Amino acid sequence: MGLRRAIVLFALMEVTWSLSVTTIGPKTVSTDASAHPEPAEENTEQKEAAEEDVMATGELNPNHYPAQRAAKVVQHYLNLRHGSPYKLFGLKEVHSGNAEEVADSGRKYQLEISVHEIISNTKEKCSAEVFFPSGAKQLSPQVQVSSCEEILKLDAKSEEEALYQQYKTNKTVRTEKRLPDSYGHIDPEMTPFWHLSIVASSFIMLKESTENTLYNMAQVANITQLATENDQLKFDCHVLLHDMVSQEIPQWKLLFTWSPAEGVKVLHTEQLPHVHESEKQAKPN
Amino acid sequence: MPHSLNYPDRMRGFWFLLVLVSVARSERLFTGDQVIRIDAQSEEQIKLLQILESEEKWNLDFWRHPVSTELPVDVRVPRSHLGAMKEYLHAHSIPFTVMIDDVQELLDQEKAEMRENLIRERNTRNFNFAAYHPLETIYSWMDTLVAQHPNLVTKLEIGRSYENRPMYVLKFSTGGTNRPAIWMDLGIHSREWVSQATGVWTANKIATDYGTDASLTSVLNTMDIYMLIVANPDGYVFSHTNDRMWRKTRSPNSGSLCVGVDPNRNWDAGFGGPGSSSSPCSDAYSGPFAHSEIEVKNIVNLVQSHGNFKSFISVHAYSQLLMYPYGYTCKSAADQAELDYVGRAAVQKLTSLYGTTYKVGNICNIIYQASGGSIDWSYDVGIKYSFAFELRDTGWYGFILPADQIIPTASETWLALKHIMEYVRDHPY
Repeated sequence: MGLRRAIVLFALMEVTWSLSVTTIGPKTVSTDASAHPEPAEENTEQKEAAEEDVMATGELNPNHYPAQRAAKVVQHYLNLRHGSPYKLFGLKEVHSGNAEEVADSGRKYQLEISVHEIISNTKEKCSAEVFFPSGAKQLSPQVQVSSCEEILKLDAKSEEEALYQQYKTNKTVRTEKRLPDSYGHIDPEMTPFWHLSIVASSFIMLKESTENTLYNMAQVANITQLATENDQLKFDCHVLLHDMVSQEIPQWKLLFTWSPAEGVKVLHTEQLPHVHESEKQAKPN
Repeated sequence: MPHSLNYPDRMRGFWFLLVLVSVARSERLFTGDQVIRIDAQSEEQIKLLQILESEEKWNLDFWRHPVSTELPVDVRVPRSHLGAMKEYLHAHSIPFTVMIDDVQELLDQEKAEMRENLIRERNTRNFNFAAYHPLETIYSWMDTLVAQHPNLVTKLEIGRSYENRPMYVLKFSTGGTNRPAIWMDLGIHSREWVSQATGVWTANKIATDYGTDASLTSVLNTMDIYMLIVANPDGYVFSHTNDRMWRKTRSPNSGSLCVGVDPNRNWDAGFGGPGSSSSPCSDAYSGPFAHSEIEVKNIVNLVQSHGNFKSFISVHAYSQLLMYPYGYTCKSAADQAELDYVGRAAVQKLTSLYGTTYKVGNICNIIYQASGGSIDWSYDVGIKYSFAFELRDTGWYGFILPADQIIPTASETWLALKHIMEYVRDHPY
């Protein structure tokens, strides 16, 4: 089972880490082994350093990172809830932001942002609230979006239905190349599945986001279609994420379903360990 | 034998025609032909030569026509008529010298040279700037650029990487000694491929636009530009062969299975502080000590020994940002207001091309607190106009920007770079 494997790997990593960690900055707190494998210790170290800084409160500079990171979380939320192979949202701009402490439970951001639907190339201004819960246990942020209806109502139903029908019965997806490949190229037939992987990744990116992360999906290592279940297309994918703040490339396996009616539902996630050089082999991208 | 370069322009025209004819026909038309220079001593001798010309005697090909005794008369004499012609000149006491012993021989030399130049030109003209190239290709392209623009561009080896690859800087200079200079480094984080690709395009742009772009020409007339297109060659190769997402150098870390140091956390500016990691497995590992990485040390050595850099620009990707110091602290730099002013104006120029939006600010506020960064170091050693670019995009493709965006990215960035260079030129310190 994934979790047990993760714990074993984490124990192995601990050995390596303890050989090389030098004490600069705050001492690391021993982490909850059940949470994440390997990168956990690193994140704690950096996180503690950041927490020592004064967290921006009150009116925020919309171009500075606190508002930008919170706004990115809204992007992940919108993609997870409303994204599809033919509908993807991007953060266009932050117009204004405000942050406040919420009595011992976390910090709340209020944002005015512009959201961009990539495929139809439409923009809309939205209001959003992002709440980052505090505490040792890493809970996901909570997001509320308002006055964003038009962009969410955008219709891609016919393309979605056509794709759904095609892959429900006739065809099956199994990637040979990464999406995109090293040169930024994607086979047009694979583009909807690249989009779908971004939507599925948004589940993780949303869940893992804090005030000290900024996630994008970097690349799809592979995506495989499994047997259709309950009229939902089912996929297994391996994605590489990029966290701009730590500059790490966390890797996740996701099991998810999709249909035009139900959207993306993530069934299972598993973080893959940080691969050491000795285990990596030369491979074409 | 006088070389073609000594001939006046009109003769170069003749030469060119000859070569074209020869090349076109690809046959040896002029073997053994000679070009002789006749020094007519009197009006009578001039008249004789004019008769020779008008009678089209001996298939003589007058390159300089007989006009007056003040001017030389140059004639190409076909081999078969050489004897007759020289005898005639001797008989009439008309002095002459042989300028070209064998026209075909010279033509062949010229042809070979031209072919070589054409190939070189084709190589730089046909180089595909809209593609990502492996290191060897970029390095050989550098040589063609230098060969194509020998009076402007030189290639300097500033040292070697950990895995012993040369680090090459292209120096753009119109002369002088140790002129005030602008530094650009690209690709220090190897996975940011659009950075190195932008460097290649930009180097070509500088070389080809010098002399025609008034602003660039004026910058280069008083300043030098130094461009390190691949600041992390080991990482770049690794990102092609093994791991597209590789960021760091490839130096081993003792006591760890993990390889590499983040070269942009390794500079001596707030080294080891917040925003860098002390773990070798981290992508933001600062390294065991400042300038531990040879790639960083090579740049530091060059900049310090040069001593006259006025601007230092590091180019990264992605996020669409133009930033200035500091990263290691959120405290404002002394020149923040001016740097912000220059940055905003530069971004305005960038945006004007395709509407690409950039944010401007200091590293610590815009992106994150990050210690040991290159432009913090350069600023703190006195290079006031220190900037860091984060090129396209904002996360869709991220590091894997499609190649068809290379030229648009480089083109818009060029406008910002030019603005900064103009400003540096106009604000000496």
